Amino acid sequence: MSLPNPAELIDAMAIDLKAYLARRGIESPNYIGIHTGGVWVAQALLQALGSDAALGELDVSFYRDDFSQNGLHPQVRPSALPFEIEGQHLVLVDDVLMSGRTIRAALNELFDYGRPASVTLVSLLDLNAGELPIRPDVVGATLSLQPDERVKLLGPAPLVLERQDLASASSLEESPR
Amino acid sequence: MTPLDAKRPLQLNDQGQLRHFLSLDGLPRALLTELLDTADSFLEVGARAVKKVPLLRGKTVCNVFFENSTRTRTTFELAAQRLSADVITLNVSTSSTSKGETLFDTLRNLEAMAADMFVVRHADSGAAHFIAEHVCPEVAIINGGDGRHAHPTQGMLDMLTIRRHKGGFENLSVAIVGDILHSRVARSNMIALKTLGCPDIRVVAPKTLLPVGVEQYGVKVYTDLEQGLKDVDVVIMLRLQRERMTGGLLPSEGEFYRLFGLTTARLAGARPDAIVMHPGPINRGVEIESAVADGAHSVILNQVTYGIAVRMAVLSMAMSGQTAQRQYEQENAQ
Repeated sequence: MSLPNPAELIDAMAIDLKAYLARRGIESPNYIGIHTGGVWVAQALLQALGSDAALGELDVSFYRDDFSQNGLHPQVRPSALPFEIEGQHLVLVDDVLMSGRTIRAALNELFDYGRPASVTLVSLLDLNAGELPIRPDVVGATLSLQPDERVKLLGPAPLVLERQDLASASSLEESPR
Repeated sequence: MTPLDAKRPLQLNDQGQLRHFLSLDGLPRALLTELLDTADSFLEVGARAVKKVPLLRGKTVCNVFFENSTRTRTTFELAAQRLSADVITLNVSTSSTSKGETLFDTLRNLEAMAADMFVVRHADSGAAHFIAEHVCPEVAIINGGDGRHAHPTQGMLDMLTIRRHKGGFENLSVAIVGDILHSRVARSNMIALKTLGCPDIRVVAPKTLLPVGVEQYGVKVYTDLEQGLKDVDVVIMLRLQRERMTGGLLPSEGEFYRLFGLTTARLAGARPDAIVMHPGPINRGVEIESAVADGAHSVILNQVTYGIAVRMAVLSMAMSGQTAQRQYEQENAQ
């Protein structure tokens, strides 16, 4: 099974997101990408939407639930949200949705900045392996992988999806960032 | 008690990550840089409405201060609280030791309270190292200052201050001025600056307040303040440690101020954009003029803010290194 081309997925996602936001009556939401892949996807998505909206960047390392197993991520970066969260409609963008734990951490972090009016979840890929009741509102493609397979987004230009085999690369993280 | 593994430094785990934080001596540049990067991220957390992250939820951090401190103790407390840890602070100088309990027994008792981490300040050099070696190795030990030896979190918060104001260390001239002899801050700063690649590190002090062999830190020694401050980018003033002065090291405080006090006129010899730092508490009119301490060059209060972020980084990295080591040992035992 070959992996889809992110550029094509993003064009389709832009159309879906526009329709989704129109249906919900949301105008000019604030966009937030999750480090690192989510930021790349969000940038490409904003470009496809023809939008010059400011993009927030979220690093969820301080909010992860696996600190007591895996420790601190060594390349943690400051989160930067150049807009209000309180009362705002947010579009949260990630690259690969697997367990849902990254999104849970991201939501926890966002609520430390304020209480958003709504959060729309956008993901390039959904690996259909949800360990938590978290599903994307807009998704590029849904894949089912073998238990020891992972997919990683390489970027920022061009964006390429790469399949990785856990059996041969044991250093991979449990859930993608 | 596990014997000390001679293959690696006590404060690192088998993968070279921090598991105790005792001294900056022997820590590689990459690790110091990682610590500063992590502290930068925590600085952003400190600027939020909710200044707390859930990283150390359920962990217990025990501040054990055998020596008085206000700034270090409170910033360690705040750092641990902002990481969601439970914090106990013990001023041992006023409790058990005065009843005759030894350092070792005090710590074994605290260990029995299932603390995950001790922050220790002690008047004896090497106290934190001793504790890391002899108390349960799964408790992370953070040195909050030991005698004249080291004050590594102060050293790193000074490095964060310099990096945030000067961008880096590669082209800097830094002068450390005052009571070098008694200063653990000076030692930690000299080591950190050297490791991070600062090419011009100067120590400026009267001969009686310079430790023997200070040149081995790779620093230039000045006994004249004007010469020592010429064209420097950073001035680190030290507190005159009157409580540690035994014997006739100085004729008088007045004379020290006249020769080594940082005044506006003397600071004019440094670069126009020079920053002035001080670990606190400052003695106005003893080592620094009020106009300088409160002036435009002063970043003394920024240092306090950065200190919280640096201590958050140290606490979370050491806890992380402890976790990783436990996992590593479990995997290798199988």
